[in-house]
Amino acid sequence: MSSRFRRLGAVALGAAGMALCGLACAEPAAAAATASTMPWWAWPAILFVVSFLLGIVAVLGGVGGGVLFVPIVGGFFPFHLDFVRGAGLMVALAGALAAGPGLLKSGMASLRLAMPLAVIASAAAIVGAMMGLALPAKVVQTALGATILGIVVLMFLAKKSEYPEVPQADALSTALRMNGIFYDVASGKEVDWKVHRTVKGLVLFIGIGIMAGMFGLGAGWANVPVLNLLMGAPLKVSVSTSKFMLSIVDTSAAWVYLNQGAVLAMITVPSLIGIMLGSLVGVRLLKKVSASMVRKTVIAMLLLAGSRALLKGLGIWN
Amino acid sequence: MADMPDNGKQYASEEQLVYAHWLDWGMKIGFVILVVTFLGYLFGVTEPHVSHERLAELWSHPVRDYLKATDTHTGWTWLSLIGQGDYMNFIGIAFLSAVTAVCYLRILPIFIAAKDKVFTAIAILEVLVLVLAASGILVSGH
Repeated sequence: MSSRFRRLGAVALGAAGMALCGLACAEPAAAAATASTMPWWAWPAILFVVSFLLGIVAVLGGVGGGVLFVPIVGGFFPFHLDFVRGAGLMVALAGALAAGPGLLKSGMASLRLAMPLAVIASAAAIVGAMMGLALPAKVVQTALGATILGIVVLMFLAKKSEYPEVPQADALSTALRMNGIFYDVASGKEVDWKVHRTVKGLVLFIGIGIMAGMFGLGAGWANVPVLNLLMGAPLKVSVSTSKFMLSIVDTSAAWVYLNQGAVLAMITVPSLIGIMLGSLVGVRLLKKVSASMVRKTVIAMLLLAGSRALLKGLGIWN
Repeated sequence: MADMPDNGKQYASEEQLVYAHWLDWGMKIGFVILVVTFLGYLFGVTEPHVSHERLAELWSHPVRDYLKATDTHTGWTWLSLIGQGDYMNFIGIAFLSAVTAVCYLRILPIFIAAKDKVFTAIAILEVLVLVLAASGILVSGH
């Protein structure tokens, strides 16, 4: 049974990689020929399959769907980046909405930790969304590529701390009661947690919100290091609270994209359903697939997609 | 109950549980609406504002050009097109985008009853931010 799951995981990763490589080779000609040579349903169908594979890989790689979706679909599909970012936000939002209730009920995500940070980040996400829609596509594409490559570096370098040392909670987090207890199933223990450096965290969430809105990425890749390494929340609380926070932050940006006409159902809905179904499969494969192999695949995919976005933005690889 | 830790104790606060409950139902209802309206659009049950073939010609253009070519306007004007297949999908998308604000409004009385002034203010502020984002008055474009 477990070898079957391992084979399935390897097949999913291989298929995702091959799909990406295939798109990379075919894209320049295909994008130009979209309207004339392919039926209208072909790209949404391919999008659904790729989103499904991305959903699997995202869960296995421990990244949000949006961070893979936007650079890959933006780089290798014929859709304009405006619509891809709109869909990316909805993908990240739907994933967060689906995960949020369970994380909140179990006490792994903390509403009191999320609310002050989310209000700052969601206001910033509106600014980011407006900037993204106002700037020329090439500028956004270039900045997106640079950001994705930055995320790759972050994935290489950033350490994670299961239970960071917080000698004393700061005054602000104490006043806001940004603390709690969660039950760590792995160790079978209750863990008391508190946070510090709250003001610095709030400032950083302005930048995170702007990037989430501008690129439609979701921002778990940035939320988690700030919550965990800077503010000192336990890793599981950071990951869970980050995922829940996306449901708030991405909502504000999603409204801007929706009202600006940058959400197309034909792109958004197949992506959303594909990623959600893929995530369900990914969760089942999670315990069976080698974490290091998945991590390398995700980094390789991000490297390719980030480079593609950067070079496309700079007009070098059109 | 399935989401409770396996030691049977409850670690989430009252407002967190209420928020989770509403979020759960909002997400499920929104997702069902989204899938149903999309299937209607995909299989041509409802006539779209922009035909599938025309959409495939336009989706590689910036949103500004798309709106101009399809004679569509920004803001809440999509409501006037809600009877058409493509814009009918916006019911589910807008529903999912509105769930968070509804959850905040639902837990607001809990903060007020607990005389938690700071979180009452934060909850109100968040709703105002989301309403501003949803208002359609924030216009940008390239």
